[in-house]
Amino acid sequence: MAVKDMVNNTSSCWMGNGPEADVVISSRIRVARNLVNLPFPHLLTPGKGEEVINLIERAVEKESLKEKIGFLELVRLNELTPLERKILVEKHLISPDLLKGYQKAAVVLRSDEVISLMVNEEDHLRIQCLLPGLQLYEAWKLVDCLDGELEKTLPYAFDKKLGYLTTCPTNVGTGMRASLMVHLPGLVMVNQIKDLVTNVTKLGLTVRGLYGEGTEAYGNLFQLSNQVTLGKSEEDIITNLISITRQIINQERIARQVLFKERREQLEDRIGRAYGILKHAHIISSAEAIRFLSDLRLGIVMEIIKNIPACLVMELILLTRPVFLVKITGKEMSSFIRDVYRAQLIREKLSGAEKI
Amino acid sequence: MMCEHCGQRLANVFMTEIINDHKRSLSLCEQCAREIQLESYGFMPQLNLPVFFASLLGNEFNVPSSDPSLADEENKCKNCGLTEKQFLKNGLLGCGECYNHFYARLEPVLRRVHGTTQHKGKIPGINNDHLKKIKNIEELKIKLQEAVRKEDFEQATQLRDNIKELERQPEPEGG
Repeated sequence: MAVKDMVNNTSSCWMGNGPEADVVISSRIRVARNLVNLPFPHLLTPGKGEEVINLIERAVEKESLKEKIGFLELVRLNELTPLERKILVEKHLISPDLLKGYQKAAVVLRSDEVISLMVNEEDHLRIQCLLPGLQLYEAWKLVDCLDGELEKTLPYAFDKKLGYLTTCPTNVGTGMRASLMVHLPGLVMVNQIKDLVTNVTKLGLTVRGLYGEGTEAYGNLFQLSNQVTLGKSEEDIITNLISITRQIINQERIARQVLFKERREQLEDRIGRAYGILKHAHIISSAEAIRFLSDLRLGIVMEIIKNIPACLVMELILLTRPVFLVKITGKEMSSFIRDVYRAQLIREKLSGAEKI
Repeated sequence: MMCEHCGQRLANVFMTEIINDHKRSLSLCEQCAREIQLESYGFMPQLNLPVFFASLLGNEFNVPSSDPSLADEENKCKNCGLTEKQFLKNGLLGCGECYNHFYARLEPVLRRVHGTTQHKGKIPGINNDHLKKIKNIEELKIKLQEAVRKEDFEQATQLRDNIKELERQPEPEGG
């Protein structure tokens, strides 16, 4: 089964290198759609939930859709093991919320993991596209195309005035959430991140740390996304997000340049130490690994460290999450043993990359 | 950091309790935190988005209260059977028809949350080629920034004019 293979594959397309990869890790578009006349997922009985899954399964098997989008495979979540389900979450292919109702939920994936659909999450259908770097328009184009194919066979709940009708009224309208994952170690180091969060929020965007809480984001990884879904077109929402992100990219690059110019020794020392620890440590916790991997990524994109590809860093951040370590070793472990395995894995991957 | 209670899962809930000036900090995973909180307080904070949305419903003059206990049990959507009480409690609608049925309550809140109640954007069955133009402008803007960085002002001026030209063009008709 292809989805089972995907669970085993640790590097995803979105970890590759896209435009503006020095700052932007990935771009994501997600739209919410519901079928007309059927109750929304939280009111669905398991039987009716299966009916929704069947309708969507038939829709993704249509020839015209395959021609435009490629082969999509649908898997019911209760056919996967709990561990496999958790891995899909870590890979950002499904949301934690989909797991809560896994008895009546399904996921549809394209083998490159660029496109995924969640069935019976908060809404009947959540169509998602995830691409590396700053490629929001490209992601939207794919989602729009797939959505267009699906609507030929699936009758959507749509209202001329309110747009696409969603379970939670905060998503009504376009039903679209556009988001960018950005790496901002420079702005964190020059203490600008709090101001950034405050100001960006005023402009209608949401910022949150990818790992950890609030502004104390591990790994300096942040997610920027739109708040409002009604009254603005998809293109306006995306353009707005991109314009603000461009500004952030510029500020981040300036911060990095200033650090390089004025505190070069400290910066190189920090990056060198992170690299050294990752290369030689034998016990490393998840939080520590993410912190040093973030420094290493900065070193790579600033060309202070030259023999390691930036995408390996993202792969390692994902790979060293507890869920993945369990998957790789095939067993539950104490946190100490896990820290030992994590360190080993990082050492092996880094020395493997250096030889190439 | 691992959960201090089960030692199995990653801690993502950080709790500090102060009892008689005695401070105790705990790092727990979600499952254990829920169990422990249920034991000690019988209460789990409801901080998700739909619940916040629900709290805004009926927060208007001349509109019935948003308190679910005062909601009209008989008032329910004819299509899916969702009651006003359920809606006010969870902030989630039951089906597409609910938007019609509960519109009077929804309208002011949608206006406050989104600033409007009129959808702009994609409509099923209609192609938007408009996107291509925007994409084009976006690409030119990237080139413009590049040119400015390289201090190639001649090219920058040219690019700026191209962008202006594109932005002036009327919306393409049809697809």
